[in-house]
Amino acid sequence: MAQVIIRSLNKRFDEVHAVKDVNLDIRDKEFVVLVGPSGCGKTTTLRMVAGLESITSGRILIDDRVINNLPPMDRDIAMVFQNYALYPHMSVYDNMAFGLRMRKFDRDDIARRVQEAAEILGIHELLRRKPRQLSGGQRQRVALGRAIVRHPQVFLFDEPLSNLDANCASRCAWSSKNSTTGSARPQSMSRTTRSRR
Amino acid sequence: MTFTTLATPTAYAGSPRRGPVTRLLEDERWLALVLLLPTIALLGLFIAYPFFKGVELSVTDAKVGVPGKFVGLQNFEQIWNDGIFHVAVWNTCVYTAITTVLKLALGLWLALLLNNNFKGKAFTRAFILLPFIIPTVLSTLAWKWMFDPTFSVINWMLYQLGIIHSRINWLGDPNLALVSVIIVNVWRGVPFYAISLLAGLQTISPELHEAAAIDGARAWQRFRHVTWPLLLPVTLVIVLFSVIQTFADFQLVYVLTGGGPANATQLFATYAYQIGIGTGLLSQGATISLAVFPVLLLVVIVQLLYIRRVETH
Amino acid sequence: MIEGASWRRWVFFYIPLTAFIVALLFPFYWMLVTTVRPDGELYRPWNAPNYTPFWTMHPTLEHIKDLLTETLFGTWMFNTMVISIAATAISLFCGLLAGYALSRLKFPFAGSLGTMIFITYLVPQTLLFIPLADIIRNFRLGDSPWALILTYPTFLIPFCTWLMMGYFKSIPKELEECARIDGATRWRAMVYIIFPIAVPGILSAGIFAFTLSWNEFIYALVFLSSPDQKTVPVGVTSELVRGDVFYWGELMAGALLGSIPVAFVYSFFVEHYVASLTGSVKG
Repeated sequence: MAQVIIRSLNKRFDEVHAVKDVNLDIRDKEFVVLVGPSGCGKTTTLRMVAGLESITSGRILIDDRVINNLPPMDRDIAMVFQNYALYPHMSVYDNMAFGLRMRKFDRDDIARRVQEAAEILGIHELLRRKPRQLSGGQRQRVALGRAIVRHPQVFLFDEPLSNLDANCASRCAWSSKNSTTGSARPQSMSRTTRSRR
Repeated sequence: MTFTTLATPTAYAGSPRRGPVTRLLEDERWLALVLLLPTIALLGLFIAYPFFKGVELSVTDAKVGVPGKFVGLQNFEQIWNDGIFHVAVWNTCVYTAITTVLKLALGLWLALLLNNNFKGKAFTRAFILLPFIIPTVLSTLAWKWMFDPTFSVINWMLYQLGIIHSRINWLGDPNLALVSVIIVNVWRGVPFYAISLLAGLQTISPELHEAAAIDGARAWQRFRHVTWPLLLPVTLVIVLFSVIQTFADFQLVYVLTGGGPANATQLFATYAYQIGIGTGLLSQGATISLAVFPVLLLVVIVQLLYIRRVETH
Repeated sequence: MIEGASWRRWVFFYIPLTAFIVALLFPFYWMLVTTVRPDGELYRPWNAPNYTPFWTMHPTLEHIKDLLTETLFGTWMFNTMVISIAATAISLFCGLLAGYALSRLKFPFAGSLGTMIFITYLVPQTLLFIPLADIIRNFRLGDSPWALILTYPTFLIPFCTWLMMGYFKSIPKELEECARIDGATRWRAMVYIIFPIAVPGILSAGIFAFTLSWNEFIYALVFLSSPDQKTVPVGVTSELVRGDVFYWGELMAGALLGSIPVAFVYSFFVEHYVASLTGSVKG
């Protein structure tokens, strides 16, 4: 099961109590959205799940494993950043292959997975290009592809829709949800979105 | 839900195994230590250690090949009473003060000129830096040749223009030698000032000038009230570097005059060299070198404080 | 541009600018002319009637030839090149790593360490050369290129570190975070993602470091004694003078040729050089 369990999560930055006693259960294949005004702690919570912020107190579990203090690379998660964070000096192919290379997948495996993900997202024509040669929507899809190829247990999205218009946003949400159902590994997703109020 | 889970953090099944070194370097603090180690080692060995050794030397009576014994503040007493040392201090202060003012004024003028658009601007800017790029001793040698009393091209030019009637002994006349050294230092430093100030000028939006002009400010007023205040932080940083470098200058004087004639151009550094290496009186040389330190510290502190004050406005 | 009548433009712009350019570049022209001027013309007093300073009717390569065949100039060039490249490489290595640590990692005393490195940049070589000479002798490095290869980084590293810090600060931290989530260790994220992006900064720092090494004099003067170990600046100023006699033709040839590598490197990378110069001032 790829559930994500958050228990009594707290985060303090010196005197600022950014995240107060958060409890959350996310079931396998569940799609969760964290909504709230800016500054309420949703990105910090997401970053703690990702391993980018240390946890002041509380626990986070993925699939019965406690992942507190584990470096991000050992958590089997993928994250899509608000500004996509594509590696500017690498081609689209290399961007998507990077994670697999870091985990020592063999070359054919990598090629197969990248091709597969690229076709799902409609970016297979762009594999040789560099990020600066892509449009905003294309970069979005590369960022998604980078996350998908690894078939991770958990997907995290930080304000993914704030850069897109409503049409594209719902299409993207739909296709990312669907792309996970085909794989054998258990997965769940959580997203943050700034509230519109 | 009760915890039938593993209580210690575990990586996901199938994650690559990591060695102990890798795990250690995942910790920010250990990684920082490893990354900083080469730098700390080199700087510690070849800056911190010599500095303390210099202090140690200055309180002994070591000479070349002869280890010294502790003599307290005897060396400091000696240079305090040394007439040549006084001259060196005076020369260094005058040299630094005059060259800095001239370099700043001329550098600023040149920067303002370069801040316009004209054909060949990039080209000019590249060539202008040559005095700063070319190794100092080599260009100073050219100046020494230009100043040569018998063959000087500068004398020739001044003679042709009717300004002089007999030769000027630029480097041999004790009254003129410091002037000559100042000229060369300014020549060398103006490009650095100009290019750095130019970069500072280019960060000032032209709209500010236009607004001031519309408000009725003339060129000089615009400079004084718009350009200069915005340029001040950059200027202070440049001046800080320049003052320290000039105070500790060695190459220029060594090549041009060696400190003479009759100590007319003797500076801290050249005197320290003469005594420490030339005569082999290591401890005294070290003392003279160290005498620069308090002044340097003062200059650095004053300017850092001033910079901080300007920046927080 | 200066507004107003054309004469104003001449007086306030063209004439001063030209004056500056001529004054700044004349000594190099003089170096060049002297190098190709035959001895007979060279040693003509300035108030002799046939003094033709700005050109020569009989250019000759004999000074250059003498320089290359009768002195150790070639050896000095080689020494200086090796030392400058090695010192630059070491400094870039240290500066890269240190710059990364100081600008992108959080650890105790980060601020103080940064300040200390800044301060060592301000310590002039003329303060340390006497005790350092002793240390070099004790380590048995005297009269060898290693004396300089290991000591030059003392003034190159702080500068490289500082420059790289400024450069690293402009690279968004999301890139590293993403790489770590993708599966990279901190080390690999640094090496595979951050360093390649910082290559222009590395280039700028390297070029500046190279020119600074070439320019160094007092350490080379004090630590090296054998003529065949000397660097160009030291060799030209010490070995081309016999007693009181200055061989100006050869001296100027040496000065000219000795400047060429630096001018060459600089000309290819002017933009980078200016960037590091102004970057260090603004940072």
